[in-house]
This record gives sequence, C-alpha cells and structure tokens, in this order.
Amino acid sequence: MKGTIHIDHELCKGCCLCVEFCPKGALTPTKKLNLKGYCFTEFDAQQGCTGCATCALVCPEVAIEVYRE
Amino acid sequence: MKKVYARPASLKDAPFHYCPGCGHSIIHRLIAEVIDEMNLRERAVCVPPAGCAVLAYNYLDVDMIEAPHGRATAVATGIKRVRPENVVFSYQGDGDLVAIGTSEAFHAANRGELITVFFVNNAVYGMTGGQMAPTTLLGQKTTTSPLGRTPLRDGYPIKFSEVLALLGGSSYLERVAVNTPAHIQKTKKAIVKSFQHQLKKTGFSMVEILSPCPTNWRMSPVEACRWIDEVMAKEYPLGVVKEEQC
Repeated sequence: MKGTIHIDHELCKGCCLCVEFCPKGALTPTKKLNLKGYCFTEFDAQQGCTGCATCALVCPEVAIEVYRE
Repeated sequence: MKKVYARPASLKDAPFHYCPGCGHSIIHRLIAEVIDEMNLRERAVCVPPAGCAVLAYNYLDVDMIEAPHGRATAVATGIKRVRPENVVFSYQGDGDLVAIGTSEAFHAANRGELITVFFVNNAVYGMTGGQMAPTTLLGQKTTTSPLGRTPLRDGYPIKFSEVLALLGGSSYLERVAVNTPAHIQKTKKAIVKSFQHQLKKTGFSMVEILSPCPTNWRMSPVEACRWIDEVMAKEYPLGVVKEEQC
C-alpha cells in the first residue's frame, strides 16, 4: 500500500512526535526555521510511506495531511 | 491518491497557541473529529476552563460559554437543565476541576447531571507556570514543590475519577492518555462513549486524559510522552473506572 503525506511547515512546531512514531522512519527533524521560529520536520518520500496516518494521529498541530492509493 | 486524513470540519483553521507537544492540541482535534462523526456540531455546547485551554473557542467550532475558574461543571449543569436537547460538555484541567472546581464537579456527578466532562490531567497548573496541583505526583518537582512533593507537607495526588466513581450519579468514567498512537485512538473511543452515555441519559460521564506538558515538566515532547507511560500511568492507571449499562 503506497502513501504520501504533506506537512504544513508553517504549522509545525518541531515537537518530533511524528519522527518518534513513524513506523518507516520517513520523518526527520531539520534545522530549517519557519516564520514562527520553529525548526520544522521534513518528510522523506523515499522511505516507503504506506499512508498509515500515524504521523497525523500524533501531530498536535494538525499540520499533516495523509494520502493513500 | 485519495486523502485519508485532514483537519476535521469542527476544528477552526487557526494555528494552536499551545506549546510544542502539548496534549490540548491533540485532544481538541479528537473532540472535533468525534463531533463531526456523531453529527453533534449544531447541538454541542462547550464550557471551556480557565487555564491554557481558556481560548478553546478559537479552535472548536461549536457554541461555547465561558465560566469563572472551576465553575464549568456548574455552568454546564445550568445549560443542560434548561436545554436538555443540547449535548453539553465541559473541558477542564487539574486546577479547574480538582482544585477550585472540586465542589462543583463532585456534586454535579453526585446529582447525575447529564453532562460530559473532559478532564485534562497534566499533573501541574499549566497556564500559571507549573505550580503543584492536587494531581501532582509524590516526588514531582514543580515551582511550588521545588524539592519534590512530600505527603507530610503537600498531601497526596488525587485520583479524581476514582473519587467520582463512588457517587451514585456518575455512570461512565474512563482514564485514557494521548501520549502514543494507540492511546490516542483509545481516547477517541472514550470520547465517543461519553457522548453516547449523555445521549442515552445514563448519568454523569467523564473522560480523564493524561496529557503531556513538556514546558512545565521541563522535558522535550517525546520525553514527556514517555514519562506518562513510565511514571504518570503508574499513579493514574488507564482504563474504565466505572461504566453502567448504556
């Protein structure tokens, strides 16, 4: 099952709960800053995202939308 | 590809002011999802607390009425008695419910008021800077227990769900957490159940939600989530505390 996500980097506060709980390790913290001054998290589409939506489930900021085939 | 997850309709499109990793954000979203799925948006009335979530009306797109600190269950009682067709719930933290609001909550539960309380338990007073709350654990360091809470000086943490379970009017009390994906899914199910109990008029319902407060616990969000499993849930066991037939 193939999936992908979209993170709204301006909503992300860099809490890293998605990084912690993604079963594929497809999310990584970065040192890039958004307009609020938070270091946001980025998604790596090469890690085999299945669209399980665990990231969206734990994301406090509702910053993640999930797509699945 | 089709979208399988997006912002619920009952959650306004406003960035949360809460700290990174705060449980409030997750809980607001879950309540909004349940309100959407159970089609309660037009009937729901929420009473927010005084606390970090005082601005809940900026996020949850349902009718709201503010109450003085701790009196949310009293205000919810009034609304439900006058408008029984509405689904009335309060959203309160440890201070609002178990400190200043103890009396109101205790007696609303005892009378079996047909309201639902969402009790966000983060073991501190959050908005005011991390002081000791009635729910603070023994040994936990806060700004008013800098050397750790001790029974002789500070008393014991209160398991409020268990307290309310002793009262005849309470019909559904469950303790859940929002620190892991599995727990978040259980929290959502508990929110659904609590509204079902209100709709079936079984009595007073409450969902106690162990919630991370990374800022006042002086931890990272991930550490705070682990602390809930490793420490907090040992004092406040997760699970159904009381449930009558629905």
